[in-house]
Amino acid sequence: MTALGDTLAKAKADGRAALIGYLPVGYPSVQVSIDGMLAMVAGGCDIIEIGVPYSDPVMDGPTIQAAAEPAVQAGVGIADALRAVTAVSEAGAAAVIMSYWNPIDRYGVARFAADLAAAGGSGVITPDLIPDEAGDWLAAADEHGLDRVFLVAPSSTDARIVSTAAASRGFVYAAAVMGVTGARESVSSAARELVARFRALAPEMPVCVGLGVSTGAQAGEIAAFADGVIVGSAFVRRLLDSPDAAGVAAAGDLARELAAGIRS
Amino acid sequence: MTHPHATLPPVIVPDATGHFGAYGGRFVPEALVAAIDDLTEAFHATQADPQFRAELAGLLRDYTGRPSPLTDVHRFSEVAGARVLLKREDLNHTGSHKINNVLGQALLTKRIGKKRVIAETGAGQHGVATATAAALMDLECTVYMGEEDTRRQALNVARMRLLGAEVVPVTTGSRTLKDAINEAMRDWVTNVESTNYVFGTVAGPHPFPLMVREYQRVIGDEAREQILERVGRLPDVVAACVGGGSNAIGIFTAFVPDSQVRLVGLEAGGDGIDTGRHASSITGGVPGVLHGARSYLLQDENGQTIESHSISAGLDYPGVGPEHSYLNDIGRAEYRPITDAEAMDAFALLSRTEGIIPAIESAHALAGALKLGKEIGPEGIILVNLSGRGDKDVETASKYFGIAP
Ligand SMILES: Cc1ncc(COP(=O)(O)O)c(C=O)c1O
Repeated sequence: MTALGDTLAKAKADGRAALIGYLPVGYPSVQVSIDGMLAMVAGGCDIIEIGVPYSDPVMDGPTIQAAAEPAVQAGVGIADALRAVTAVSEAGAAAVIMSYWNPIDRYGVARFAADLAAAGGSGVITPDLIPDEAGDWLAAADEHGLDRVFLVAPSSTDARIVSTAAASRGFVYAAAVMGVTGARESVSSAARELVARFRALAPEMPVCVGLGVSTGAQAGEIAAFADGVIVGSAFVRRLLDSPDAAGVAAAGDLARELAAGIRS
Repeated sequence: MTHPHATLPPVIVPDATGHFGAYGGRFVPEALVAAIDDLTEAFHATQADPQFRAELAGLLRDYTGRPSPLTDVHRFSEVAGARVLLKREDLNHTGSHKINNVLGQALLTKRIGKKRVIAETGAGQHGVATATAAALMDLECTVYMGEEDTRRQALNVARMRLLGAEVVPVTTGSRTLKDAINEAMRDWVTNVESTNYVFGTVAGPHPFPLMVREYQRVIGDEAREQILERVGRLPDVVAACVGGGSNAIGIFTAFVPDSQVRLVGLEAGGDGIDTGRHASSITGGVPGVLHGARSYLLQDENGQTIESHSISAGLDYPGVGPEHSYLNDIGRAEYRPITDAEAMDAFALLSRTEGIIPAIESAHALAGALKLGKEIGPEGIILVNLSGRGDKDVETASKYFGIAP
């Protein structure tokens, strides 16, 4: 198991931001999605966010919904995500689960934390779980040495940024825009302002920026002020366009473009 | 006789972040927390503000037509085997109880200075009520409605559009109420600075379960007074249909401290609980998290929401408000399923014996009364919340009974 903090520190020592790539497990199949993740690792992703498909993804736009829906229909769940975790961590990247809360709640928080740690996972990003409701998860994460990544948004008050950073371990996920996942034309000024505010309030905690990043140029812009750049929909788009080996290769190509972007 | 609930507080009060026992809370993206905090604060401030309350009371009286009547239904009662009285929310302006809540939330929207409202709707009644209040109060209005429901409730789609609202048919997932809520949440996260979400039932994240209850409790506050005056005693049973649970909480709340009064929620049993095709979250579900709160939920072993089934669009929802889950677990209220067929029998019976065409949602409560009447006998009194009128359901019912022209 790699602590996310160690991965981010290593990137920092190299004088760059970390690259974090997201794919939901199970689209177009469990195996092809894992192949995609491995191609992203080979292409330069330091951390892979492994999405657990969920029937009611209120934080996701049409692209991620389109990949998650068939995976839900096919019965893909936590067990498949744990398989992906093992594959990614064996390939040398940090594996973090990204899941809406109910699939984990249903699996059982304590059991989930134990199984995730055993599979080699680093932690969990929880888009619809705020620290206020996370008592069981905070305890389980402590018991198993897992990182817990909560989110902050441009609308977060200073007080909430402080309390969210205090409850997090690994990094904090800064939502670059108000809205759902999906590629956007340009990097908003809101992201830069949010990160600046975050650093003033929680200087010790790494902060990574996601939502809307899709190109090497955008990644480069964000890498200039954040500890990590998170890219999701753009990877998913590659597999939606070509749900096969060609899509896997395209995801790898995108990782290379982004990895070059954050180094430029 | 000492009753097990004798120690209950007069009203059930959730904690500061909306927990009713193990249920409720705020399972939301951080991006919404600031808006939800502001809304909670504004709600509490306006509840304590006599001017706001007077303005709302004035609207409920002069615009909605409150108090709604209490009607003894003699011929229906003969069949039921007990005395049945209906609380006539069907006679409200726009045709259901939904307007009570919406007027409160629309006034609150004005108070917090937002210019746009969004809403989800299943049967279209909450959407129509929201579009109505938006027209009245000069707010921009977008209503999300599952595509399947836009077909089942075409009349209400036309009403909303006539009222000046934008209706967005939702084509994701099951294309019903739960997906309309997902889409409304996505809109809210994106536009939260300008937009308030007028939620239609006692589900969702805090403060909605509490806020919607407080705006709907007028139903039971009135009914309790009316029945004491009419009959001289409290009813034995209060019955209401439960989708998300707002009309039920609305009529239950005043009676919660009356431990001798049974509170019975009727869930949509669809084709029958054992078929798996139903919308009975409490009777047929397990606790989980959906749409911002922990509550009973129809979900599979992976934690995926199971699509619900009901002939009634307004009850076709896989979740339920957290206070109902709590009332169930502490034993203060009972929840039972009513099948589509039972509901439609009651729909036909009320239409023919009393000249009142109920909403199919409300027909579930009537079907519950028909069963409960046999259990409590002719001396018993059942108060039924007739949450809405059936105009919107004429097409569905005509098809069901094979009487379409
Ligand atoms: C007439 C009527 N009754 C009941 C409901 C169900 O909602 P709730 O359970 O919140 O009262 C609806 C919802 O659309 C409705 O239109």
